[in-house]
Amino acid sequence: MTKKALEIKDLKREFQMGSEIVRALKGISFTVEPGEFVTIMGSSGSGKTTLLNILGCLDKPTIGEYFLDGVDIKKLSRDELAQLRNHKIGFVFQSYNLLARTSALENVELPLLYNKDISVAERHERAMHALEAVKLADRADHLPNQLSGGQQQRVAIARALVNEPVMILADEATGNLDSRTSYEIMALIQELNSRDGKTIVFVTHEPDIAAFSSRTIQLKDGMIQKDTKNENPRSAKETLAALPVAEDYTLHS
Amino acid sequence: MNIFNLLRIAYRALLRNKLRAFLTMLGIIIGVASVIAMVAIGQGSKQSIHDQLSNMGTNMITVQAASNLAGGVRIAGSSFQTLTIKDIIALKAKAKNISEISPAVTSRGQAINGALNWPTSMSGVSPEYLDIRKLTLKDGIPFTQEDVLTSAKVCLIGQTVIDNLFPNGDNPVGRVIRFGHIPFKIIGVLNPKGFNAFGQDQDDILIAPYTTVQKRILATIYYSNIYASAASEAVTDPAVTEITQILRDSHRLRTSEDNDFQVRTQQELIATLSSTSGLLTVLLTVVAGISLVIGGIGIMNIMYVSVTERTKEIGLRMSIGARGRDILMQFLMEAILISITGGVIGVMLGFLSTRIVTLTLGWPTIISQSSVMLSFVVCAVTGIFFGYYPAQKASRLDPIEALRYE
Repeated sequence: MTKKALEIKDLKREFQMGSEIVRALKGISFTVEPGEFVTIMGSSGSGKTTLLNILGCLDKPTIGEYFLDGVDIKKLSRDELAQLRNHKIGFVFQSYNLLARTSALENVELPLLYNKDISVAERHERAMHALEAVKLADRADHLPNQLSGGQQQRVAIARALVNEPVMILADEATGNLDSRTSYEIMALIQELNSRDGKTIVFVTHEPDIAAFSSRTIQLKDGMIQKDTKNENPRSAKETLAALPVAEDYTLHS
Repeated sequence: MNIFNLLRIAYRALLRNKLRAFLTMLGIIIGVASVIAMVAIGQGSKQSIHDQLSNMGTNMITVQAASNLAGGVRIAGSSFQTLTIKDIIALKAKAKNISEISPAVTSRGQAINGALNWPTSMSGVSPEYLDIRKLTLKDGIPFTQEDVLTSAKVCLIGQTVIDNLFPNGDNPVGRVIRFGHIPFKIIGVLNPKGFNAFGQDQDDILIAPYTTVQKRILATIYYSNIYASAASEAVTDPAVTEITQILRDSHRLRTSEDNDFQVRTQQELIATLSSTSGLLTVLLTVVAGISLVIGGIGIMNIMYVSVTERTKEIGLRMSIGARGRDILMQFLMEAILISITGGVIGVMLGFLSTRIVTLTLGWPTIISQSSVMLSFVVCAVTGIFFGYYPAQKASRLDPIEALRYE
């Protein structure tokens, strides 16, 4: 049996809010195989964000087990969790979260700075490689404010790729983008998934986006409402090609 | 995360806000520069006081006939007659820590040159006296041991006396003046020394062989003082002990009896004056030190603002694998970089302002290495101390909340 990318067993998360106990997750179990593209959907208040934080090793479950690439995160300290995030998870955020006044290349290098096994030369090479994967190698020395929203998100994806994570965890990664740019980003993510076999967990509330993934987990009120395989995911590339050419928008490389 | 990466990150962060980084440094810059300049001015004035006193002969020891009980009544020292040629012989034979010695007798009187006269005093001393008091001649020659033996009627003359007896600018050397009805031939002119620290005119003086004053003017065998030079400034204290013991032996004092003489050194004077200017240095340093602390508070303030402002960045760094320690070190390094850069600029500004003070106001200044080292170390410590709390605050942020911070 191959190692699961992630495995969750009867996971519960409760918060103490004053005298009340809020149950955000009420017992969730699922596994993700390496190479899967999973979207997690749910309206606000469904426990989506809480699950995302736990999947991203930013938070720990109150009860239940979470194995990331075979590692039980329950046993890890704060510092060990940081290291695990550094080695196994690539985050992509809705608002990109690039460092201002810092070049694209240096933004991509950032996770490697916290990995002391990587030399300066290797760091540089890997960051360039990651930028090539998102087709932004020619903008390596641009600052975030010199890039469009879509380009900034691609830099952020390169940053998530650079440490060769087990899983890319995207949080509403297309939420700030117009539909054309969203499709570009989805096309890139699909490519990373199908060509490079990257495991992708994509949290979103847009059903439109979920159609591009191979599996959708629907959350409601802290429980899994539906877990459906999508045998025929839409191709973002084709959707993009079908869009009418907008005159006010020039496509960059 | 190695130190080189840390430095690079901190350096970048500061470059992003150049003006703010500079303004934050300003407190440290002014603090360090003022510590260096203040201490330099303090040390300079201390040194100049010391030099002035050295000019009087810092290793000079004065023995004075002192008050003693005579039948229950204390008698003024000057009227007491205890120091004699016996003491000089004993000191010359036994004292190891003194290099030169001269007896002294003083007579006040009227110096007369033709129709002009001037009240002054005549010191009767031995030729060594000039060395002991660091007196030099402007013109003519000093008297010799030969003149002492023959009680020669020769004298050296101070500038104030010349001004009053030879107002026309005549060369006094070779001229004869009268003092206490005795004609003295002037053989040398003393270099002016000006007023001393207590306002006495050191140039209002005639100097003659002590035998001449003793025999021809005062008719006494006693000395009013003995002047001696300690072999060096360092052995002044042992020399005093030695002189005291030798004189007690020579005067045959019993252990129960008080000294019938007083031994004084310039050291006491130097210590008093130095401690005054030392106090000044301490005060200036405290003021400058306070400004360093204020500079440190400036750093702390700005670091707190910076941590709040960059909460989202901290959240991001944590989410991609920065440990609390990495964040702590990053912000600490920024604070240290600010304070050390400020320190370096402050040291340079301190040197510059010290130089300007010397050139424009003519104040003597001495830049002491210790003040440079001290202020540098203090500002590094300031950076760590005042940077630590904001950095710790940053390192303890919850990554989830930090990421959502707007």
